[in-house]
Amino acid sequence: MQALTIAAASVTGALGKPEQHDLLLVRELQTMSFVFHIPLVCFGIAFPALVLFVEGLWIRTGDALYKAMAKRWSKVMLILFAIGVVSGTILSFEMGLLWPNFMATFGDVFGLAFGIEGFSFFAEAIFIAMYVYGWERFSPRRHLLLGVPIVIAGVTGSLMVISVNGWMNHPAGFDVVGGRVANVDPLAALFNSHLWHELIHMYVAGYVVVGCVVGAVYARTWLRGNRDRYVRTGLIVAVTVAALAAPVQFVVGDWAGRTVADDQPIKLAAFEGVSDTTRGASLHLGGVYENGAVRGGIKLPKALSLLAQHDPDALVPGLRSVPAADRPPVNVVRFSFQAMVAIGTLLALLGIAYVVTWWRHRRLPRSRWFYRLLVASGPLSVVALLAGWTTTEVGRQPWIVYGFMRTSEGVTAASGIGFAFVVLLAVYLALSVAIVWLLRRLAHRAPQAEVREELRLRPA
Amino acid sequence: MSLADVSLVLIAAGMTAYIVLAGADFGGGFWDLTAGGAQRGRPARELVQRSMGPVWETNHIWLIFILVLTWTAFPVAFGSAMSTLYVAGFLAVAGIVLRGTAFALRGQAASLPEARLLGAVFALSSVLAPFCLGAAAGAIGSGRVPVGNAAGDPWGSWLNPTGVLVGILAVLAGAYLAAVYLAADAERAGLDELRRAFRTRALGAGLVAGAVAIAGLFVLRGDAPALFEGLTSGAGLVCIVLSAIAGVTTLSLVWRGRFAAARYVAAAAVASVTAGWALAQYPQLLPGLTVAQAAAPHSTLVALLISAALGVLTIAPAQLALYRMAISGELSKPIESS
Repeated sequence: MQALTIAAASVTGALGKPEQHDLLLVRELQTMSFVFHIPLVCFGIAFPALVLFVEGLWIRTGDALYKAMAKRWSKVMLILFAIGVVSGTILSFEMGLLWPNFMATFGDVFGLAFGIEGFSFFAEAIFIAMYVYGWERFSPRRHLLLGVPIVIAGVTGSLMVISVNGWMNHPAGFDVVGGRVANVDPLAALFNSHLWHELIHMYVAGYVVVGCVVGAVYARTWLRGNRDRYVRTGLIVAVTVAALAAPVQFVVGDWAGRTVADDQPIKLAAFEGVSDTTRGASLHLGGVYENGAVRGGIKLPKALSLLAQHDPDALVPGLRSVPAADRPPVNVVRFSFQAMVAIGTLLALLGIAYVVTWWRHRRLPRSRWFYRLLVASGPLSVVALLAGWTTTEVGRQPWIVYGFMRTSEGVTAASGIGFAFVVLLAVYLALSVAIVWLLRRLAHRAPQAEVREELRLRPA
Repeated sequence: MSLADVSLVLIAAGMTAYIVLAGADFGGGFWDLTAGGAQRGRPARELVQRSMGPVWETNHIWLIFILVLTWTAFPVAFGSAMSTLYVAGFLAVAGIVLRGTAFALRGQAASLPEARLLGAVFALSSVLAPFCLGAAAGAIGSGRVPVGNAAGDPWGSWLNPTGVLVGILAVLAGAYLAAVYLAADAERAGLDELRRAFRTRALGAGLVAGAVAIAGLFVLRGDAPALFEGLTSGAGLVCIVLSAIAGVTTLSLVWRGRFAAARYVAAAAVASVTAGWALAQYPQLLPGLTVAQAAAPHSTLVALLISAALGVLTIAPAQLALYRMAISGELSKPIESS
């Protein structure tokens, strides 16, 4: 059995070796910030396209109902963007406040991506302001055009941020000479080989989450008996997006899984809890990893090998092929991975049920259970999203730059992390309350308030 | 001028833009705090709300621009500064978040007590954030941020005469700029009473800011002699003199009611102070670390500057268009039901 070596060439941190006793707390602080921010990113990626689609319907049909909906949604877009701006600021600060040695050592390698992301952010802010504040100022067509840069900036911005994450998982664009970073090639770092699958996986996830969350809101109204054209339109647009995106995520997820198998075999081993390198490795649904094996759960023979290499007898390297200090915590990664796949499967099935009903009967599903599941799909899709990020980020541990720098070396040496944790926890709770309060307030106003024209709310 | 110097100029330009644009948004919060009781202060508060609404996110992104440029072009300096100044940093970021949220919420507040609470959060955090950011700048300027991972004093590095001075100046500069902008907006909206009120406030804030700046030079002489030396000789002195001239000019423009011109001259005053600070320190970035030593490798700087140039070329026209529309009052309020 060949031993794997992850630590190719260890890098000495530019600020020396930090002493930090609360590393776990620092990581949890960072996690908290991402848990708050990433769902908002989905709305930055996918929601503008939905708003523009509905506005396009208005321009094509002249039906004021579509304008009322697009205008209402654009306000939601603005609120979520504003909150995303401030929570994104927290993240930018945390790069330096929590991980100064990581930044000091590698900032010049991957920083370019964030520079470009900054301009995307500018474009997003400028055009969202013009779009949302300009409903009555521009002609409908020009107004629609103002929305296009928002969609583009959503793509380029996430491309750049995910490029950095891809780089942390599969570093490129530098050499290590005498323990120091040298021969920096920022473009090679930017276009690292983990960028594309991560980007598309997240991009599709954005559409799934937005479709499910928006769909859940209208499904709840629907279950309460309000089934006018406005609710019906919102429901159809959102659920169609989620229903089309969710099955696609299966294909993208498979691609992501195989790339991880090739580039980060130890992370893949943690998806299941494979201790010893095995041919034809199996996969357990559920169960707990203990002392080198999975207990309980349903065993699917050879499933992991099939998943990883599309070959039931493929060799899957085990966790024990690297020293214990180089292994990620298995159960967190396992549970997250399984939660993501389980919810993803459920959402894909729900989407297929919706599409098939529409195809065969040209109508919405009638079962109340479909709508109850839709209501559940909102929070579930967010859980799947966060579980996916947990899988890749905790699966990367103990490395902050895979194979080159440990998380424990990138961290700050400052004390008092507990205090910062409590302060930010309070800030995030306040932010969450604020979002819910604002959106509820907006939802309580009749859509009629958005336009001067009478809305035709009865089904034709 | 080396690529590292060009990057430094870009960062200083970003700082100027942030102070002139977002600083004024913080200043809006300052005037909100001092606008008086709920009834009496309402027109002023509504003006603040209307003027800031469409632009504050864009203004704010300059801060992210500065952070990103710094960590890419001068990573060791960035890591050292952020880790030492983490208390100021966390407080500033908490202030920024609370302020943005309270601002977004306040427009929606239904009852007076709600609006009061949110207004108080908005106003207090509008003072906290620029103070902490200014004090952090003062910490770097007075050479209290050593190279290393959280190597400096987490409190004493910024809570000292220089830090407090720069923090207060940041709050006052924002208050002055905001009053000038708001007076101009009030004039355009035909709100004569508010125009006069903000003209008075602008003059008051401007005079206080000027007095603090002059007194501050004596503080610097005792507390940060190296910075004082740099600011009172050579190119640093030229910048300080230019800034003083611009400061007096902008005040006289406000006196004569020429608010639009006053805002550009005020921006010039801020730009020359920022440039003066950079020149006074040059070539030292942090103690024992020069700009050239701290700079990222050539390949990174080339890529960064090219992308920054392309970014500015694409973003600037849109940004100017947004400001033109916002200033001319063409953008309506969206989150209000008709």
